[in-house]
Amino acid sequence: MTPFSYVRAADADAAVRHSGVDAKYLGGGTNLVDLMRETIERPGTLVDVTGLSAEITETDGGGLLIGAAVRNTALAEHGLVRRRYPMLARAIVAGASPQIRNMATVAGNILQRTRCAYFYDRAGSRCNKREPGQGCDAIDGFNRMHAILGASPACVATHPSDMCVALAALDATVHLSGADGERRLPFADLHRLPGDEPDRDTVLQPGDLITAVELPPLPIAARSTYRKVRDRSSYAFALVSVAAALSVENGTVTDVRLALGGVAHKPWRASKAEQALCGQPATEATFRAAAAAELAAAEPLRDNAFKVELAQRTMVAVLGELAEVEVLGGGA
Amino acid sequence: MSGEGKGIVDKGKEAVQGVAQTVMKKAVELAPDSLMPGGRPDPLIRRQHGHIGKPVSRVDGPRKVRGAAPFAAEVALDGMAYASLAYSTIAKGRIAAIDTAAAEAAPGVVLVMTHRNAPRLNPPPRFLSGDKAAAGDDSPIMQDDRVRWNGEPVALVLAETQEQADHARSLIRITYEEEPAATTVATADGCEVGTFMGEPLRAVVGDADAALAAAPHKVEVVYRTPGHNHNAIEPHAATLAWRGDELFVHDATQAVAHTAWSMAQIFGLEESQVHVSSPFVGGGFGAKGLWQHQVLAAAAARLAGRPVRIALSREGVYRIVGGRSPTEQRVALGADADGRLTAIIHRGVTPKTRHSPMPEPFILPTQSAYASETIALEVKTCYLDMVANTFMRAPGEAVGTVALECAMDELAEQLGMDPIELRIRNEPEKDPISGRPFSSRNIVAAYRAGAERFGWDRRSPTPRARREGEWLVGMGCATATYPYHRMPGGAARITLDAQGRARVDVAAHEMGMGTATAQAQVAADRLGLPLEAVTVRYGDSSLPGVILAGGSQQTASVGLSVMMAHQELVAELLKLAGNDSPLAGLSANEVESADGGLRKLDEPGHFESYASILGRAGRGELAAEGSAPMPLETMHWSMHSHGAMFCEVRVNAVTGETRVSRFLGSFDCGRILNPKTAASQFRGGIIMGLGLALMEETQFDERKGRIMNRNLADYHVPVHMDVPEIDVIWTDIPDPRAPMGARGIGEIGITGTGAAVANAIHNATGRRVRDFPITLDQLL
Repeated sequence: MTPFSYVRAADADAAVRHSGVDAKYLGGGTNLVDLMRETIERPGTLVDVTGLSAEITETDGGGLLIGAAVRNTALAEHGLVRRRYPMLARAIVAGASPQIRNMATVAGNILQRTRCAYFYDRAGSRCNKREPGQGCDAIDGFNRMHAILGASPACVATHPSDMCVALAALDATVHLSGADGERRLPFADLHRLPGDEPDRDTVLQPGDLITAVELPPLPIAARSTYRKVRDRSSYAFALVSVAAALSVENGTVTDVRLALGGVAHKPWRASKAEQALCGQPATEATFRAAAAAELAAAEPLRDNAFKVELAQRTMVAVLGELAEVEVLGGGA
Repeated sequence: MSGEGKGIVDKGKEAVQGVAQTVMKKAVELAPDSLMPGGRPDPLIRRQHGHIGKPVSRVDGPRKVRGAAPFAAEVALDGMAYASLAYSTIAKGRIAAIDTAAAEAAPGVVLVMTHRNAPRLNPPPRFLSGDKAAAGDDSPIMQDDRVRWNGEPVALVLAETQEQADHARSLIRITYEEEPAATTVATADGCEVGTFMGEPLRAVVGDADAALAAAPHKVEVVYRTPGHNHNAIEPHAATLAWRGDELFVHDATQAVAHTAWSMAQIFGLEESQVHVSSPFVGGGFGAKGLWQHQVLAAAAARLAGRPVRIALSREGVYRIVGGRSPTEQRVALGADADGRLTAIIHRGVTPKTRHSPMPEPFILPTQSAYASETIALEVKTCYLDMVANTFMRAPGEAVGTVALECAMDELAEQLGMDPIELRIRNEPEKDPISGRPFSSRNIVAAYRAGAERFGWDRRSPTPRARREGEWLVGMGCATATYPYHRMPGGAARITLDAQGRARVDVAAHEMGMGTATAQAQVAADRLGLPLEAVTVRYGDSSLPGVILAGGSQQTASVGLSVMMAHQELVAELLKLAGNDSPLAGLSANEVESADGGLRKLDEPGHFESYASILGRAGRGELAAEGSAPMPLETMHWSMHSHGAMFCEVRVNAVTGETRVSRFLGSFDCGRILNPKTAASQFRGGIIMGLGLALMEETQFDERKGRIMNRNLADYHVPVHMDVPEIDVIWTDIPDPRAPMGARGIGEIGITGTGAAVANAIHNATGRRVRDFPITLDQLL
């Protein structure tokens, strides 16, 4: 770890004032401290923002405003989250371990970085995300965990968060405080695809501070779920995950929210599948066609071709569960 | 030299040794039983109602729960500096330049050591190359600019704190001249038949290839297992100091005596100048031997004139401590219409380095598994530039049983036979290769008991017959096996005090398995004392014995050593007792230990307590030391433990996820000394076997020879939710040839488990997965 100075911010304005060129905001530290230990991140200053908003408040109209410093565990356990946005509660508890969730904050979870092993191996591997222009050792290396959608020749990393997959499906909004004051950003626009700037995970500018995440009132989300597929029962990143909310009336899909995790550089809103579902009969055939539409653009790598099939199967199973339509298991 | 292949002189020596060994072997095989260790069964086998067999809680438990058991990285020494290692990032070549200026100028730095300023050291003695050789790797340690594997230590920083050392280490800049490295079997630097303990890993009985060709039923399959890395909960560590020319090492090791001797060789010292203590070890599994970190720390301590603590990071363990090599195994079984095996072929390839003690000996479990007219076994090993491979829980058996026992399941399916009945039908009457009689073999009883308890009769022989919602449910079984070992060098001392209490001193190891507890139980029975009157001192190279906590042999080695010490003690006691004792005139073989003293066999009235004997002689204490004889019993009998492993899995038909829902291990390991600690050992082995089956895999990037998943987030081992209730039962039939009737139990749990899981997955899904681990993508 590289030596650094530490300040604790009293409020958002103070935090933004403290943020300099080489400053980093510190939430629970469950990812940032690891990155500092590996010398991937070498901030000169850590601005501790865990003392900032840790409230969850109901907005007019029945949405929720979630303070950036709310711990993951607190969010997952919140009664309104569990009732109105069950996919979010389930996504959070599907992630990490109880100890990590007790520490991790909402904003920290959103801004965590990829777990690509080549990104982490500063001493021995090339990575464009870590050192722009250096090259990518993952594209022809171990890439079982890597992206099948939206990747670029520069980077095939995935975003590791479970919580963010639900936020992407739920049309959340991010509240920001920055050098030019406060602003809001659709959550779906926060994270970037890698393109030729994979070192930029998000569109945030230096000094930008996430102060809150807002969930809109979304009745459809009361009937929603999150399903995560992984290599062991707990404490493993998603190979594929699906966040879904579905509304069916008289056998027809009237509304749907669908997002995927483990497949791309950002939480992947499955817009193509949503389009293919709306107004169609809630049948297995529809679900399969929608899943296939979403994955049509998939470009698998050496080790992750199975994700293309796995993502479709998991989407169909989740939609079937929400629609209470029996779907045959996968390749059965 | 090891690096350049064997010279003619070495080959000649080996040939002479080979002839001598063959003659010796024959003589031992033909000798009368009574001349062998175990020829007269240990009298403790007959003794019931003692401490042996009681579920005594571990004696070190309270200290560990309170955090009061100091591990190697927790021992604090005055003036201690902290070490941090920099590792190479190429697989082969030389260091062209190394810039340590920034590191040396960093806060708190005491010194930076590289090949340029490291003290001159002798090569580390490779494990198995001598009685007390301990090194897992005999490469020179920071002696030149050569790089031999990706991850080799190239610099060490000493600083006032661990954080300062780690930071300074990150400032070292190294330029390499890279050379082409052998990182795949296809580009290996030579291949040959492997050897293990000096013998070729090859066995031939009859013409197996011809028998296979002629067999009416046959399976020919290739199974692959990946590399595995060691992940004991305690990463390797040592805290050490020089006092003059003497070196004191607080180590985490499963070989205190070996380490002391080997460190002495490396530093050019007398063995008596090195003191190694290791009272608590947070898991060994074969990895806690002598690696570069202890040597580098001692070298740096000498340079700095200060005590040093070195605690490897998890990455450090991956970089410098070897693991289990990958294997590619071909198993071919030929059988007649009744399912009797006519051919067993088990051949394959596994990589190793020129500097490691042995290749992964995956044919070992096949050597005594089944009767067959013909057998052909061979391990071919290919030399790579990688971190030295090493011993990992049941080397050979853990992955060898994967191929053999899955192939047996495949044969049973083809024959339409129950897989248990197929195994029982092929039970050998004597060792199928050596022809030696079995000391004790109750595998059929273990299968029968396990099948009944597990509900094997509810298994459908037809795959994919049971489905619950998305989940396909299946059952499988496989045989577990591990040999009884006892290595030369066992010795122990018993000291009685004036109150008649006993202390056993033995250079053994407590790595979490319950050694101190079980040995106190055995010693209490041996001496006829209550458990509270016996203490066991262990984990220090100053104590008697050269005893490795490896090969599941420590219990036998210590047990026999204590038995020999007890014989000496009884003789001494009778001498001390003299003519005024009720024991007067009795010889050692006319008395036994009981009730805190000696009594005449069959005439318990002739008795005198230890306290009385010592008191009358005016002795404050009486010590006796004994040495175990050479372990000839394993050359006279075929001695093996077995287990019948039963697994139930649920495989998700949508996602391919496998969840083990039930597991039962039914063991035949001789007498169980402590059911509580034994059950833990069995379960721990099985859990490790579940990891082997479903998730453990070293990601070795062949482009650079670099291990990529060098942490517990990326290298998966089972978490609690992956582990179901594990039932363990045992026959508890004593082995008449083993001390206490007990064969080792530390490793057998991991054997057979992988195959039981794979066979259950086949029963659930109809899929045969032959590439381990069995990940969900193979079941989609």
